[in-house]
Amino acid sequence: MTTVPYPLPRPNAQTQPYWEGAAAGELRYQRCAVCGHVQLIPRSLCEHCHGRRLDWQASERTGTVLTFTTVYRAPLPVFKDMVPYVIAIVDMDEGFRVMANAKAQGREGLEIGARVRIGFQEVHGMALPAVDAVLGAAA
Amino acid sequence: MSMSAFITGAYDTAVGELPGSSCMALHAEAAMGAVADAGLKLSDIDGVLCAYSFTEPHLMLASVFCEYLGIHPATCLAIQAGGASACIMVMQAAALVASGQCQHVLVVTGDNRLTGLSRDGAVAALSEVGHPQFERPFGISVPASYALVAKHYMHQYGVTSEQLAAIAVEHRRHAGRHPKAHKRDPITVDQVLNSKMIADPLHMLDCCLISDGGAALVVSSRAAARDTKGKAIEILGAGQGHTHEHIVAAPSLVDFGCKTSSAMAFVRAGVTPGDIDVAQIYDSFTITLAVELESIGFFERGQAGIAAAAGELGLGGKLPCNTHGGLMSYAHSGAAGGMFHAVEAVHQLRGNADARQVQNAKLAFVHGDGGILSAHCSLVLGA
Repeated sequence: MTTVPYPLPRPNAQTQPYWEGAAAGELRYQRCAVCGHVQLIPRSLCEHCHGRRLDWQASERTGTVLTFTTVYRAPLPVFKDMVPYVIAIVDMDEGFRVMANAKAQGREGLEIGARVRIGFQEVHGMALPAVDAVLGAAA
Repeated sequence: MSMSAFITGAYDTAVGELPGSSCMALHAEAAMGAVADAGLKLSDIDGVLCAYSFTEPHLMLASVFCEYLGIHPATCLAIQAGGASACIMVMQAAALVASGQCQHVLVVTGDNRLTGLSRDGAVAALSEVGHPQFERPFGISVPASYALVAKHYMHQYGVTSEQLAAIAVEHRRHAGRHPKAHKRDPITVDQVLNSKMIADPLHMLDCCLISDGGAALVVSSRAAARDTKGKAIEILGAGQGHTHEHIVAAPSLVDFGCKTSSAMAFVRAGVTPGDIDVAQIYDSFTITLAVELESIGFFERGQAGIAAAAGELGLGGKLPCNTHGGLMSYAHSGAAGGMFHAVEAVHQLRGNADARQVQNAKLAFVHGDGGILSAHCSLVLGA
């Protein structure tokens, strides 16, 4: 039986700065230099005005939980040791979005609308964003 | 307004666990069945639309199928839009016959997703719809993605797990009236709530099945429909809505493309949701159907589960929905899953749905959703 490897992100030319930032402990996002629109996730052109000049910015790493789930059924064998694990979607204060797992301390008090800080955790040699801590309950 | 297109043949194979079945054999059986149902010969078919397969994936599935069947249609292509594929294939077939490019288009789907893949294999294959860099590294799956929608939607509108469970219970009740359904044993709300948690708040019984099966339709032009033998079902309206693919990039977790797709289908058909006699709506999860029923306008926000508990989705309810049992209890075989909904709508409008028949059903609504509520297509069909 073949073992499916952990689905680590494979950076491409458009996302390299994002993952280089993560490796350096910096959460980066794209802002359009033409119209100022912040992209939910990085890409080669602005999703709003389709301009091609995109600046990378460093995030303050705080945001609000849009939604989350606790996964009990792993999609791949490599996730079986992790269950149950939390996946959250966080609306970052700057206007971009992060999907991330939650560290143990990041699960405490996690709820929709909660204020959270995003950090990083090392997964098979790569730094992936993770919910570091809940800063405050939903307003 | 009219789409100038008619469903003239419909067929679905046995469903469930079918040892010895294969993707192409299921396609062939469904296709032969639908063509025979229309009273046509294979040589009358001048267009073929296929979708996709997990067990026999191919870059050119429609060409593979036509080779398998030994036919050489003038038009042949595959459409991939996940669970919206079946409805989109019907909409595309309607365009092909209405424009005069084809007379009779065969739309055919099938996969042996249960016996041809391990359960782990099916779950793993489905998880590939997640974004390779911004979702999959976090262990996302299709159920987990829908759980993210469910958690948000339930929070927003005060929906409870008991209310969602009532949707699964009604589907099983419907399936109990269909001799071919994959799962027919009645279930209770407690059984749904006590079934294994897959991704909070979705339990095993909030999720669709994994089944083998195939289904096909023949879509004919107005003139060509006169050459067919059964009762032709008119495609009165159709519409699509597309907002995103990955849930991390969805513009909203409460409003999805079903709003646009259904509005367009209703306008084209010149009807309103209140006119619909029977609905067959994509039900990959209980939350999927709740979101769709409420976004399309069949029920107020937060009311679909309550309505299900009150029997409103049952036979004799306000909106009999998924009278075959849907993906949750009838069968889910990939793109064929959505085609089962369309085939059931044809049975209802022809008045041959036996114990499941909605009395005097004249207008049916069929809806498919692909991805994570990403791609939507709605059809209004008339007897």
